Amino acid sequence: MATLEAAYGRLRDQLRDLRRVAGHVIAGPALWVLFAVLAVYSAVNPDTRQLFVVGVVVGSIYALGSMGLTLTYGILKFGNFAHGDMMMLGGYFAFFALTGQILGERGDIEASWGLDSLPAATDGIAGLSFGYGLIIATVVAVAAMSALSLGIDRAVYRTLRRRKSGIVIFSIASLGVAIAARSVILIFWGPDPRVFVSGIHPAKSLPFDITLKADQMFILGAAVTLTILVSLLLYRTKLGKAMRAMSDNPDLARISGINTERIIRWTWIIGSTLVAIAGVLLALQSQLNPQLGFVILLPLFASAILGGVGSPAGALVGAMIVGISQEVSIDYFAPGYKPGVAFVILIFILLLRPNGLFGAKA
Amino acid sequence: MSKLAIPQRMGALKANQVATPLVVLAMTAAVVIMPAERSGWDVGGTVSFLAVFATTVAIFGIFTLGLNVQWGYAGVFNFGVAAFFLVGAYTAAVFTKGPAEPPFERYVGGLGDKLAFIPFVDSDQWLPFLIGTLAAGAFCGVLAFLLSIPTLRLREDYLAIATIGIAELVRNVSVEERGLVNSSKGLVGIPRPFSDYFDPGDYKYVYLGIAVGVLLLLFLLVERGIRSPWGRVLRALREDELATEASGKNVFAFKAQGFVLGAVIMGVGGSVYAYEQGAASPDTFTHFFGTFIFWAMLIVGGSGNNRGAILGAYMVWGFWIIAQQLQGYDLPEVFKNRIFFIRDFILGSLIVIVLLLRPQGLLREERRVSISVERRVRKLRHPPRAPPAGQPAESPPD
Repeated sequence: MATLEAAYGRLRDQLRDLRRVAGHVIAGPALWVLFAVLAVYSAVNPDTRQLFVVGVVVGSIYALGSMGLTLTYGILKFGNFAHGDMMMLGGYFAFFALTGQILGERGDIEASWGLDSLPAATDGIAGLSFGYGLIIATVVAVAAMSALSLGIDRAVYRTLRRRKSGIVIFSIASLGVAIAARSVILIFWGPDPRVFVSGIHPAKSLPFDITLKADQMFILGAAVTLTILVSLLLYRTKLGKAMRAMSDNPDLARISGINTERIIRWTWIIGSTLVAIAGVLLALQSQLNPQLGFVILLPLFASAILGGVGSPAGALVGAMIVGISQEVSIDYFAPGYKPGVAFVILIFILLLRPNGLFGAKA
Repeated sequence: MSKLAIPQRMGALKANQVATPLVVLAMTAAVVIMPAERSGWDVGGTVSFLAVFATTVAIFGIFTLGLNVQWGYAGVFNFGVAAFFLVGAYTAAVFTKGPAEPPFERYVGGLGDKLAFIPFVDSDQWLPFLIGTLAAGAFCGVLAFLLSIPTLRLREDYLAIATIGIAELVRNVSVEERGLVNSSKGLVGIPRPFSDYFDPGDYKYVYLGIAVGVLLLLFLLVERGIRSPWGRVLRALREDELATEASGKNVFAFKAQGFVLGAVIMGVGGSVYAYEQGAASPDTFTHFFGTFIFWAMLIVGGSGNNRGAILGAYMVWGFWIIAQQLQGYDLPEVFKNRIFFIRDFILGSLIVIVLLLRPQGLLREERRVSISVERRVRKLRHPPRAPPAGQPAESPPD
């Protein structure tokens, strides 16, 4: 009996190992094929082609958001739950720099120095709905968000780092920061949604029955450019090398003479730059809305995990998959289920391939 | 026996031990005085206001207790309390309401009349509510179990992300599926237990009793569970998962049990909330009101301490009420318009400040969680010749 039981135990262990290996080997390529087939199908199908293109645009915005998220996740090792609200705050900073509008006692009051009072600052460039004023406003927002993030890091996260708190404590602190950031938006700009430029902007007709606004093309271009820049920074500069070293093994990085606090500061600056730009682009695509900050966190995390935490190129691919799936799902489900789509993708990837599509080692 | 050293009570009180009672006292003063002053020192009005306040604290205390089981004891990281809040409240509602009248309201269930199946004992006054509450707990438990399968084996913050997702998803489903729980309008006219026996004006005192009773029951249950070997495994794996696994404990199973137990408690809380409000709408179960507020309560009160969790519910809700009361005063318009947003800002900052300056919260975690050890300590400290009754079982200061 005993030998039989032992044999059974051995068999069971072998089966389990086999299943684990098979799961690991098969799941990755299978997911790739699945996503590729779905993407091609939705791009070819005339019913969903337009949604597919919009999905690519939305995916670009997610890509910028999740790239910032994945960097802080990889290097600081905690999920920053304030990321979505910071993204919104960045958009509002740009809005304020551009228009100078802020909520007063009753309705808006307008500061006299908004960037839109510069000559021809709001004249659309090449069919875009905005002019160079918004570009400058974005730069202002980037600077403001970088300063804010550095300040928060110094006041909150650095203290926790020195105390060697668990990553979960960091996440709870980031939840507090998220609530505070959202309330700052509500205090200064109120709960009603805002847009940079009101009015309807005609979409251009492209081949294959696609219509796309100039703004959306701009969003796409900006996302691709920034992804390339971030990748160059990570893989071609000394700072990027140090960042990757820290992402792999913080202790090893420290004893190799890398100034980890300096790397962390740069991570916040790069992350906030991406966050502010993503917020501005999100406002261009839809609107500024204080309620959106926490909702957008789900697709951002789904993208980051899908692409493998710490990898900006992975975040881009993940964001495209999430963005396209969310938009194309409108053809099949009610639009209210968009966050649900991101959730389902997240659960799938956590079940099948928790290290992401690119299968980095845990 | 004498080797089991018991630290004696220190002569001088530490600043820490004074701070907590002072803060609680200040909050109590504000909570009592403000409505009294606003009602023109009318005792009846103030008492009735405080009864409603206390009921809400008790209900939110149930949620914080559930969250404490998950985070404070099991170390499971739930950012989607709103999901369990919603499932609990709606489940209780469809189990106790009568059948739906389609043109105006559409929802599944409506079992209230059918569930009062015991004749003679006025079972319509309590049985559907009991079943509704049990069902609310059961549904939430199942939901938590399903959610734990893909997430609990992974990094601890992946569960947090997944729970944000489930909170978003169940809210979407409740709004989009029109026939499920009346879509975005939510459910109104949820009946209340024992409401036939009492005057509607006095009912709030009855319900205060019910809410406090449920909270007390759950509190004792959780305290008993935590002081058992099961509770100590939870605590051990929260401290060091690897070491616990090496001691032969099934980490996944224990974590899942803690998560499910917390979710069941939240489901019960949702049902108690639904009966009290008499209504449930998707607007309630947002991330802010449905999740953040309970985290603020737990962090302020002290995670890992059930009394702290309930105290946190009291403090944060007291703060909430103060902000509401301030609106009635003659304040600058700019401030008055934004008072709720400023309150939210302070709540968010409070989480961060407490984590930085007083990570243990108002009440620190108990060092000992074992009934048998406590019994032994009590025996040592109060030898049998001392009268056994009336001796508070205080744990010594560290």
